[in-house]
Amino acid sequence: MSTVRNVSRREFVKGMFSAGAFVLCGQIAPLKLWAGSPDPSSDTASAAPFHPSIWLGMEPDGSVIIVASRSEMGSGSRTGPAIVLADELEADWKRVRIEQALGDAKYGGQDTDGSHSIRDLFDVMRQAGAAARTMLEQAAAQQWNVPTSECKANLHTVAHSPTGRTLGYGELVAAAATLPVPPKESLKFKPRSAWRYIGKETSLIDLRDITTGKAVYGMDAHREGMLYASVEHPPVLGGQLRSFDDKETLKVSGVKMTATIDPFKPPHVFQPLGGVAVLADNTWAAFQGRQKLKIEWDNGPNAAYNSGEYRKELEATAQKPGKLVRNVGDVDAEFAKGGKIIDAAYYTPHLAHASMEPPVAVADYRDGKVVLWTCTQNPQECQTTVAHVLGIKPEDVTCHVTLLGGGFGRKSKPDYVAEAAVLSKKAGRPVKVVWKREDDIKFDYYHSVAAMYLKAAVGADGLPTAWLQRSVFPPIGSTFALDTTYSDPGEMGLGWSDLPFAIPNHRAENGPATAHVRIGWLRSVANVYHAFAIQSFADELAHAAGRDSFEYLMALLGPDRIVDRKSLPENFPNYDGAYEQYPIDTARFRRVAQRAAEKAGWGKRTMGKGEGLGIAMHRSFLTYVATVVRVEVNGAGKLRILEVDTALDAGTIVNRDTVRNQFEGAAVFGTSLALHGEITAAGGRIEQSNFADYPVCRMNEAPEKVNIHIVESTAPPAGVGEPGLPPFAPALCNAIFAATGTRVRELPLAKGKLIS
Amino acid sequence: MIKLKVNGVERSFDGNPEMPLLWYLRDILGLTGTKFGCGMALCGCCTVHLNGTAVRSCVTTMQSAAGASVLTIEGLGAQGLHPVQKAWMEANVPQCGYCQPGQIMQAAALLKSKPHPTDADIDAAMSGNICRCGTYQRIRAAIKAAAQEVA
Repeated sequence: MSTVRNVSRREFVKGMFSAGAFVLCGQIAPLKLWAGSPDPSSDTASAAPFHPSIWLGMEPDGSVIIVASRSEMGSGSRTGPAIVLADELEADWKRVRIEQALGDAKYGGQDTDGSHSIRDLFDVMRQAGAAARTMLEQAAAQQWNVPTSECKANLHTVAHSPTGRTLGYGELVAAAATLPVPPKESLKFKPRSAWRYIGKETSLIDLRDITTGKAVYGMDAHREGMLYASVEHPPVLGGQLRSFDDKETLKVSGVKMTATIDPFKPPHVFQPLGGVAVLADNTWAAFQGRQKLKIEWDNGPNAAYNSGEYRKELEATAQKPGKLVRNVGDVDAEFAKGGKIIDAAYYTPHLAHASMEPPVAVADYRDGKVVLWTCTQNPQECQTTVAHVLGIKPEDVTCHVTLLGGGFGRKSKPDYVAEAAVLSKKAGRPVKVVWKREDDIKFDYYHSVAAMYLKAAVGADGLPTAWLQRSVFPPIGSTFALDTTYSDPGEMGLGWSDLPFAIPNHRAENGPATAHVRIGWLRSVANVYHAFAIQSFADELAHAAGRDSFEYLMALLGPDRIVDRKSLPENFPNYDGAYEQYPIDTARFRRVAQRAAEKAGWGKRTMGKGEGLGIAMHRSFLTYVATVVRVEVNGAGKLRILEVDTALDAGTIVNRDTVRNQFEGAAVFGTSLALHGEITAAGGRIEQSNFADYPVCRMNEAPEKVNIHIVESTAPPAGVGEPGLPPFAPALCNAIFAATGTRVRELPLAKGKLIS
Repeated sequence: MIKLKVNGVERSFDGNPEMPLLWYLRDILGLTGTKFGCGMALCGCCTVHLNGTAVRSCVTTMQSAAGASVLTIEGLGAQGLHPVQKAWMEANVPQCGYCQPGQIMQAAALLKSKPHPTDADIDAAMSGNICRCGTYQRIRAAIKAAAQEVA
C-alpha cells in the first residue's frame, strides 16, 4: 500500500494548503443519515468555516466534522481514523460527527480491505489533527497577544497557562480560518502518554443509529420514483442469454418492465454477469416477476465444472513439483538422506462471503452521468467499473457510500453496482438492484478451494530438518486474466512464502489451477487455508515426536529473532509494509503464543472427559495472533467449543473495544467455515443457495466463551479485521485431535462425523 | 383492504395480500430498520413483533397480519430506549449492525415471555437469528444485562 499512502500524504498536503481560501459562510444544513433522505454523504466538512484539510471542518459552535474515507462494514473503519484525528486535535469526542466521503481519489485509496485502514490513515489523521490544533492555539495567542508557546489546547478549549484564560474552539474558528496551515514538518504531536482516545475503548459512532434502526445501509437507500430490480443471472459463469419470455412476468402486479444486462467481455473482473432484470414498484413484485421468467441459456465451457472432480485434480497437482516460491537450503538433499519422513495432505473448499446484507445498489443515471448510493468497500472502484460498463468517464460517476451490512471482501467487487447503473440508464429513472440471498450465494466471488501437501524430514528430537509445502488453488488473478493459474507474490505472501520457523531446509511451492467460478478475496484470503495446513501439520509433527504441541511449536519457531529478509522471496510484499518497519519478529510470535497458552491454562488445566486443547498461531496483515481452543467431543461425536483464548499483537491499538469485537467475531466466522463452510458446483452451477444449505454459525454452536488478550505494543499499527481468522480452524482441529485422536485434514467438519 | 396497526399507527393496505409484511414495511411505509436477509425465515434479520410475538416478517403475509398490531425496531424505543436497546449499547454489541434490529426484537420478545432466561433459553430463542460478524457472546451478555434491568 505504499503508493496509496504516498498519494494520501500528497493529497493531504494539497488539501491543507487549500484552506486559506475559506471564508465564513452561513448555517450549514445538518448531515442527514437519513430516514427517507437519500444522502448519507454530503460535503459539510469542506463547507465548514474552518476547514484546514480535506479531513475535517469546524463550525462556529465548535462542532467538529471528520471525514471518513473508508467504509464501515463492522470493523470500525468509520470510527477508528476519526478517533486518531480527534485525539490529536484535543477535540471532545462528544462534539465530533462523522461525514462519509464520496468516492474521490483525493483521499488516496479508499478500498476498505486488507485490514489497512488504520495503518494507512494513522499518520494522516494525526497530521490533520495536529495542524488544526496548532492553528487554534495560534488563533488564541493572537487574540490574547501572547506567545503561542504559552497557549495549549485541552479538550476543545485553548488555555493561556500564565493567566488561566480560556477560549472555546468554536470561538476560535473564525480567526483560525484566516491562518496559514502549518507545514507538516513543523507539526508537534502529542506524546503517547497524553493520548486521550487512542488505545482506549470508544463505541462505534453509529452505535445508537444501529440500535434504534435508523442506520442507513445500502438496502435502505432510496430515491424518489425509483424502481426495484431483481436480476436473473446466467447460472454458469460466462453463460449467455439465448432467449427469454417475459409475458407472464409482465402480468405480475407491480412489475413495470424487464431489461437485459449484457454479459461481460472476458475477463470478468467486476463487470456484471449479464442476465435479465425485472423492474417493479417494490422489491417483492420484482422477485415475483422474476420467478415467471422463461429463459434459455447458453452455458458455455464452464458447464463442465464439477467441484468433486476438480478436487481430485487439485490434489493430484499438489503431489507434483510446483513453481518455486521460496527456497532455503536444500530440502531434496535432506529428504534423500532417508530417515523419518512425515507427510500429509489438506483440503479446504470454496467459501461464500454471505454477509447479512446481500449486494444492493441504487443508481440514478441522467444525461451521461450517474449517481450511486451503495454498500461498497471501494467507491472509487464503483466509479471505474460503472464508467467502463456505461462507456462514460469515471469523473461522471458519483458514489455515495452507505453503511455496509457486512462485506468480508465481497463488496469490494461492484458488479451489482454496475447492474444498477445499466438498469437506470435503460429505465430512465433511478433503480435499486436487490440481490436475493440465493443470488449472493450462487454468484459470489468465491474464496478459493485449496489442496495442500506438506512433507518433513525429522531428526531425533522430532524437529524438522527439511520442510516442503505445496499449495494449489485457483488464484485471484484469474478474475483479472482468465488464464492465470499460478498465484502472484501477493497471494503467496498470505501465509505461504513467510513461514517463520527455524528450519534449515525449506521449500514452498505453488501448483497451477484453472478457475471455473469467479475467485475473490474473503476475510484473510489465502491465509485461511495456508494457516490451516501449516498449523495442523506442525501439530502432527509434535504428536509424531511425542512432544507437547505448544512446546513443540515454540521449538519450531526457534530463538527470538527477526526473520532474515534475504531468506524470504525477493518479491515478498509483506502486505506492502516496509520490512524494516514491519519485520517478521519471532519474539512477537512467541509472546502471543505464550499469552494464549497461559490464559487457556495450557499444561495446567485438568481436562474433563472428552476435552482437548489445541493451539495455532499465524501472522497476517502484519499482526501476530495465537489461538487456543478448548473443545469437548462426547461419545456420540457431538462437538462443543467450550472456550477460545486468542492473544494478539497488532502494534499500536486505536480502539480497544473494536479490536476485541473483531477477534471475538473471528472465532465465530472461523467456526462457520470450520464446521459448515462449503460451496460446491455441479455442471458449472453452484449447488448452495441460502442459509439452509450454506449454514453459518448460530448462537447455539458458537464458542461458549471467547477471551481476547491484547499484547501491549508500541509498534506501528497493523491489521485487526482479518488476522483473527486464520489460526482459528487449525487450533480447533488440533483440539479435536487432542480430544479424540482423530486428525482433521479437510474442512468442513460437518462432512465428517464430528458434529451432529 | 387490509387494516393493521404499525407502531401504534392505523394503516390500510390494498395491494396483494400475499405480499410479505417485510416489503410492506420497507418499500411502502419506508420503515427500513427491519432488514432483508434471506427471504425464507432462516436468518432473523426481519424480525418484528406481531401482536407481541416475534415473527419473521419475510414470510408473514399481509393477509395474516390483517387486524394485527405490528411493532418494529423504530417503534420499540419510541418512548425512550427499550432496556434491550440500552443493554445493546452498553455492551457495544454491534459490528456491522445489520442483523441487530432483528436480534433486538427477538431478545425483547424473549424477555417479555421469560424475564430471567437461562443460557439454554437464550440459545433456544436466539439461534434463529444469524450474526455473520459473530457478536453472539455480546448478545448473550446484553440479554442478561437487560434481564437485570427489567427485574
